Amino acid sequence: MLNVDTSQVSLSREEMERFSRHLILPEVGLEGQKRLKAGKVLCIGTGGLGSPLLLYLAAAGVGRIGIVDFDVVDTSNLQRQIIHSTSGVGKPKVESAKHRLLEINPYCQVDVYNVALKANNALDLFRDYDVIVDGTDNFPTRYLVNDACVILGKPNVYGSIFRFEGQATVFNYQDGPHYRDLYPEPPPPGLVPSCAEGGVLGILPGIIGVIQATETVKILLGVGTTLSGRLLLYDALKMSFRELKLRKNPATPPVTELIDYEQFCGIPTVSETKPAAVETITVHDLKARMDAGKDFVLVDVRNPNEYDICRIPGSVLIPLPDIEQGPGIEKVRALLNGAELIVHCKSGMRSARALGILAQAGIVGKNLEGGILAWGDAYDPSVPKY
Amino acid sequence: MAVTVLIPTPLRPYTDNLEAVEVEGETVAAILQNLITRYGDLKRHLLTEGGQIRNFVNIYVNDEDVRHLEQGQHTPITGPAVISIVPSIAGGGHA
Repeated sequence: MLNVDTSQVSLSREEMERFSRHLILPEVGLEGQKRLKAGKVLCIGTGGLGSPLLLYLAAAGVGRIGIVDFDVVDTSNLQRQIIHSTSGVGKPKVESAKHRLLEINPYCQVDVYNVALKANNALDLFRDYDVIVDGTDNFPTRYLVNDACVILGKPNVYGSIFRFEGQATVFNYQDGPHYRDLYPEPPPPGLVPSCAEGGVLGILPGIIGVIQATETVKILLGVGTTLSGRLLLYDALKMSFRELKLRKNPATPPVTELIDYEQFCGIPTVSETKPAAVETITVHDLKARMDAGKDFVLVDVRNPNEYDICRIPGSVLIPLPDIEQGPGIEKVRALLNGAELIVHCKSGMRSARALGILAQAGIVGKNLEGGILAWGDAYDPSVPKY
Repeated sequence: MAVTVLIPTPLRPYTDNLEAVEVEGETVAAILQNLITRYGDLKRHLLTEGGQIRNFVNIYVNDEDVRHLEQGQHTPITGPAVISIVPSIAGGGHA
């Protein structure tokens, strides 16, 4: 059981009333509520997963909650990041979250770290906390959170989501397996679309985040059986839960120090991406070509549902998966007939990938810088920042 | 005999959006090979050039990771079984 010192902790009359439904539960009781109050939990990210789990941790009476996030609240977050509000758009997420948590439970100490978690600050940030909760959205940070937890011997409450599916477990708890036992390496960049590209059902992180909150509270209380050694899979469309065995892998190398996680995950540095990048064109050049009636073909490689949201006049939809799988390449070739090719997506990443594939098939084109979002900023205010 | 292979959301674009596929094969490796023969685009997501299961994809026979089975990929499948493909996903935070 996690070593939590409750000798200096007491509950006021107001706190007794607030937590009365815990106090009358034999598995929690006064001693358990004191353990929660003495508990220190650090949550990485206040996004889809962090939002619901932080709300419940504060409501449950966890005494000290740390939050790490460097982002600001955006309108497109509000579909799932329920700790934030419309009035918080544009504010730092950690401030928006702290405000809400103290409204729920003023007895909670909320420490905010408005920084990006990096190898040079992770150990210092984690050291003072009992449990680390991973609510991040990318592979480099997930491996960093894992390794720092392994080095410091902290439990890592893990949750991850994609579209309609979620995964949850507890890593590095009571000599149990950790993230590298489950997945020794991350997929190369670009192989799996991110939530920003692939979308996510807003309620999904609610389910997974609340599972993470449940596991965190159980660890602090020292009750029940945690998900350590089990990977829980959730499918919202089928409304099914499955459980897989998760074991320590003897082949996993020991984690002894933090590394360069961007490099480990194969993410090229800025200086590496620029020279290799495909030829680009600005939205202003595109507008000038349109106004001059030039002969060009504008291909939109986003998904059909994104094309329904907004489009640039005259663009032809050929989704990136179509190009990746081959048929799209011939569609592009058939369209061109000697004309100049301009390719765009939402912000320029997928169109660059499409142009890389097309180049291998002998088709050369230009990438629209900043995608349809940049076009919207410059020429079409009706384009939503989706 | 045919076993059910469960396809996760990120890989369904490569299996005509099917969430489960019935595949013949005597071992895990044979079943994966037959799956890839039917859906060629799955290959780079599942296997390395050398034919090993990639490090960011786990294959389970029922609830057990094949890496932890004595015969690994060559584990014979003799009775009714469900093979699950479970890839690494990272979503959850700011994006």
